[in-house]
Amino acid sequence: MEQINELKARYSISDSRDQRPDLGFITVDPGRLAALLAELQQVRGYTHLSFITAVDYPETGTFQLTYMVHNFESAHSLGVRTVISRDTALMESVHHLWKQAKTYQRELKEMYGIDFPGSPGVDDPFILEGWQGPPPMRRDFDTRAYSEKTYFPRPGRKTSDPRRHMQSRLYPDYTPFEEET
Amino acid sequence: MHNKETLPNLGLPEHERDLFCDARPRVSKPLASYIEKFLNWSRANSLWILAYGTGCGAIELRPLFTARFDISRYGMAPRPTPRQASLLMIGGYLSVKTLKRVIRSYEQMQNPKFVIGLGSCTVNGGMYWDSYNTINRLDHYLPVDVYITGCMPRPEAIIAGFEQLKKRIKDGRAEGANQYAEQFDWYKANQKKIITDWNMPDYNW
Amino acid sequence: MKPYSDRGKFPERTENGNVIDLDSGKFVKLWQGPQHPGVTGNMSLEVIISGDEVVDLTTHVGYLHRAFEKLIERRLYIQSFPLVCRICVPEPDTNEYGYAAAVEELAGIQIPEKAAWLRTLTLEMSRLTSFLMWLGGQAGAFGLGTIPQWCLAHRDYMLDLFEELSGGRVYHMYIVPGGVRDDLPRGFARRLEDVLQKIEQVMSDIELALFSNAVFKRRAVGLGIITRDMIDEYGIVGPNARAAGIARDLRKDQPYLIYDKLSFEPVTADFSDAYTRTLVRYREMEQSIDLIRQIMAGIPEKGAIHVRPPNVLHWKIPAGETYVKAESTRGEYGYYLVSDGTAYPRRVHVRGPSYTHAVVLLEHLALNTNIADLPGLMVSLHTYPPEIER
Repeated sequence: MEQINELKARYSISDSRDQRPDLGFITVDPGRLAALLAELQQVRGYTHLSFITAVDYPETGTFQLTYMVHNFESAHSLGVRTVISRDTALMESVHHLWKQAKTYQRELKEMYGIDFPGSPGVDDPFILEGWQGPPPMRRDFDTRAYSEKTYFPRPGRKTSDPRRHMQSRLYPDYTPFEEET
Repeated sequence: MHNKETLPNLGLPEHERDLFCDARPRVSKPLASYIEKFLNWSRANSLWILAYGTGCGAIELRPLFTARFDISRYGMAPRPTPRQASLLMIGGYLSVKTLKRVIRSYEQMQNPKFVIGLGSCTVNGGMYWDSYNTINRLDHYLPVDVYITGCMPRPEAIIAGFEQLKKRIKDGRAEGANQYAEQFDWYKANQKKIITDWNMPDYNW
Repeated sequence: MKPYSDRGKFPERTENGNVIDLDSGKFVKLWQGPQHPGVTGNMSLEVIISGDEVVDLTTHVGYLHRAFEKLIERRLYIQSFPLVCRICVPEPDTNEYGYAAAVEELAGIQIPEKAAWLRTLTLEMSRLTSFLMWLGGQAGAFGLGTIPQWCLAHRDYMLDLFEELSGGRVYHMYIVPGGVRDDLPRGFARRLEDVLQKIEQVMSDIELALFSNAVFKRRAVGLGIITRDMIDEYGIVGPNARAAGIARDLRKDQPYLIYDKLSFEPVTADFSDAYTRTLVRYREMEQSIDLIRQIMAGIPEKGAIHVRPPNVLHWKIPAGETYVKAESTRGEYGYYLVSDGTAYPRRVHVRGPSYTHAVVLLEHLALNTNIADLPGLMVSLHTYPPEIER
């Protein structure tokens, strides 16, 4: 982790946290991310890219991107996080550092609508075919409503909220006074 | 305007339409009852399965094909190509992308042909009932003869499903292919509702 | 070594890459799969061949996309357990462990010691089960029909044990938050030992029938060579990397559960081609058998197997994020879990090793191979599509 402290000032790392002794998370400015990853890969020994993924926060209008890199020498994983705007979802590509990064970026483009200009084949459909809706992994896309509208649900299927169902079975007389969120 | 008897093949580009057949599937009427009975008996006892693992159900087909459960005891065998197969096993959930290939495989199979829906997700979506990418009811897209429920159905359950299918065939009730030909427009409308990039002939055979 | 040197001029190699002009008549474009017996699982390969040599390959996935990550966001934490094991059918326990461990870590639950032993036992048993299925596939891809029969029949004995332990043949849902679902049945150790002996017996047969088989040797040696420089560049993990001489095994490097109490060494070789990878995985099967014996010898007789989590229907997990990984048969398998403090996960990302093996790595390794060897190459990378598209 002292390695990270050295990098802190140079890359304006805003937040660093140890989740476990072998797993840390840092947050960095989107503009400095590719440079930081290049240094981590080439100088600091974080040579392995485990995955790239996005977390959607529609309430703040942001995406959090997580790049998980791993150092085999010190057996330490580092999650490099960055926050980008949800409306102009653009991010610098890192396909030149790891070959598999382009696949992850292609998936993020399709599933979240985050663009990575310059990444090879980023506009090709990866998983979906002929998809016309919004990017489906965004949280404001309602998969249940889409499924019920599109796929002829078979009548007779009963769906109950597990909490209410168990409550009505275990305590039939109990009336909830407060709605759980 | 196209002729009512032929298919428009609107998904294909103009210059390719001549290359593909545009005939509709035809209903094959049963022959005289004693001949049909004999034919059904022989159909029921040589079911060849199209080895297309469309989902996780494929994992229980392998024990079924090999030494322990040994499906060849029942005169069944896996075949690699649709042209030689008479039984299409839908191994569970179907994503839209796979459904397109499954329709193509089904239409390429020769009569007589039968469909078994394996697993709860073919019945009503099962575990993935609210997923945006898996269909909920297989019988809206293909005529299904037998459903085998469970997630995953055990090999014994699948064998019982085969027995059920044989019984249906021998009774002359497994008329899925004819049903598909009769209700062709309804099936096509359902299929095209979800397969938005339809770029193959309307009936591939 | 290029077997057909006179075809070296196709494709023409220029500064901008290979010139592949399909109208020139020198190339044929083929689609292998998804309806093709030689493709692992439900995926397809867009192959361009010149003669029978592959000059370009593109992997297409997405045929098994069930939107797991989307569905998990809509489920309570406990409701996701039946979902996660379905991501990887031959080896569901790694998924169960990864998800359970991530949830426990964020919720601050310590599992009892016996539960850790039992989890390790199921993980090793599922490794052995998955390898048995894979070995059958590897031999079958090179046209040896007997070995799949042996392997799958013996895999079924393991499935019977799983059924006894958890009630399910394929999907076990045995690992639950807080521990495991049930204790070992009476007499399980003896029946497990019987099965292990049966498997050892058949494995010695397989060793004779497979590794000294002339056809297998001729076709698998030199097929799909992974060099050491490619390991980090492509993110190769698991037996594929170990066969190239890189002794990376999460069970050894970052021991989870009780792997630090077991004695084993990562299996390595010095040259990663299809033959060596088969050999490495074969040795890992022996290692798994050995580990299962060590676990059965050391497992505590008594003790709790489960700590009761809070009411799972109202289970809110403190906000935070974590990444938990485990060594599956194919390499690093991980769960990245983000919680925002509500009863539903904010995000779960599943990292499967095939994500790199089946897409970028396969597209690279398939070049200049013979088209008939493609299935063997795919199986030797142990690719499994559902963990790519989830």
